[in-house]
Amino acid sequence: MVGIIFFYVAEDMPDLGDPNNPTNIHVSPRYIEKSMEETGTPNMVTAVLASYRGYDTLGETTVIFTAAMAAILLFQKWGK
Amino acid sequence: MKKTTKKQTESIVIRTMSRIMIPFIQLFGLYVIIHGEASPGGGFQGGVILGTSIILLAIVFDLREAERRMPWKVITAFMCVGLLIYSGIGLLDLLSGGAYLEYTKLPLPLPAHEISALSILFVEIGIGITVMAVIILLFYYLVGDQNAS
Repeated sequence: MVGIIFFYVAEDMPDLGDPNNPTNIHVSPRYIEKSMEETGTPNMVTAVLASYRGYDTLGETTVIFTAAMAAILLFQKWGK
Repeated sequence: MKKTTKKQTESIVIRTMSRIMIPFIQLFGLYVIIHGEASPGGGFQGGVILGTSIILLAIVFDLREAERRMPWKVITAFMCVGLLIYSGIGLLDLLSGGAYLEYTKLPLPLPAHEISALSILFVEIGIGITVMAVIILLFYYLVGDQNAS
C-alpha cells in the first residue's frame, strides 16, 4: 500500500538533473555567484561548509569531540 | 633506547622509511589544512592526515614511542583547544556586533571578505587540531594500552 502511494507520488517529482528543479534554483546560484565576494574563499565547498553553514560544521566538530569524551569516560581508569 | 629495541618492528627498511616519511606526511597534513580554503581539503581531512602520521609512528615503532612524542595530556588539551578556537571565533563575532559565526563584523582593518577568509582559515585550523587529537586518542584506546594515565 505504501509502495503504491510512493509510486503515485513519484510521478509528480521533478526530473533528476533538470536545471529548473527547486533544488537548483533556490540557493545554489547564490553560492556559485556570490561566495567569492561574500566569503573571500575561492573554494566553494569551504565557503558553504565554514561560512554559510557554520553552525553545522561546529556541530560536526562537537560530535567528534563528544565521541572522544565518551571514549575517555568509558575507558579511563578512575580513582587509581 | 636500548630497552625499546626489542619491541620494535624487525625490519629496518620499514623503520627507516617511516622515519623519513612521517615529517612529509605531517607537512602534507598542514598543507591540506592551510590550503583548505583555496583548494580541495580542509580541517577534517588535514586533521586525519596529521593523526595518521602519529598512528604510523605507533604502528612502526611501539605505542610507548608515540606516547612519548604525543602524550595523553597534550592530546586532551589539543582536543579542547581546537573546539575552543572554533567557538571562540563565533563568540568574538558575537562580541563585535554580528551574529554568532558571522565573520564579517570583526573589527579588523581589512575588507570584509578578507576578514571572512581569515576567520575561515582559523576555523579550519581549529577543526584540524580537534580531529587530529581525537583520531590519535581513539587509536590509543583501540590498541588497548593498559597503563593509560
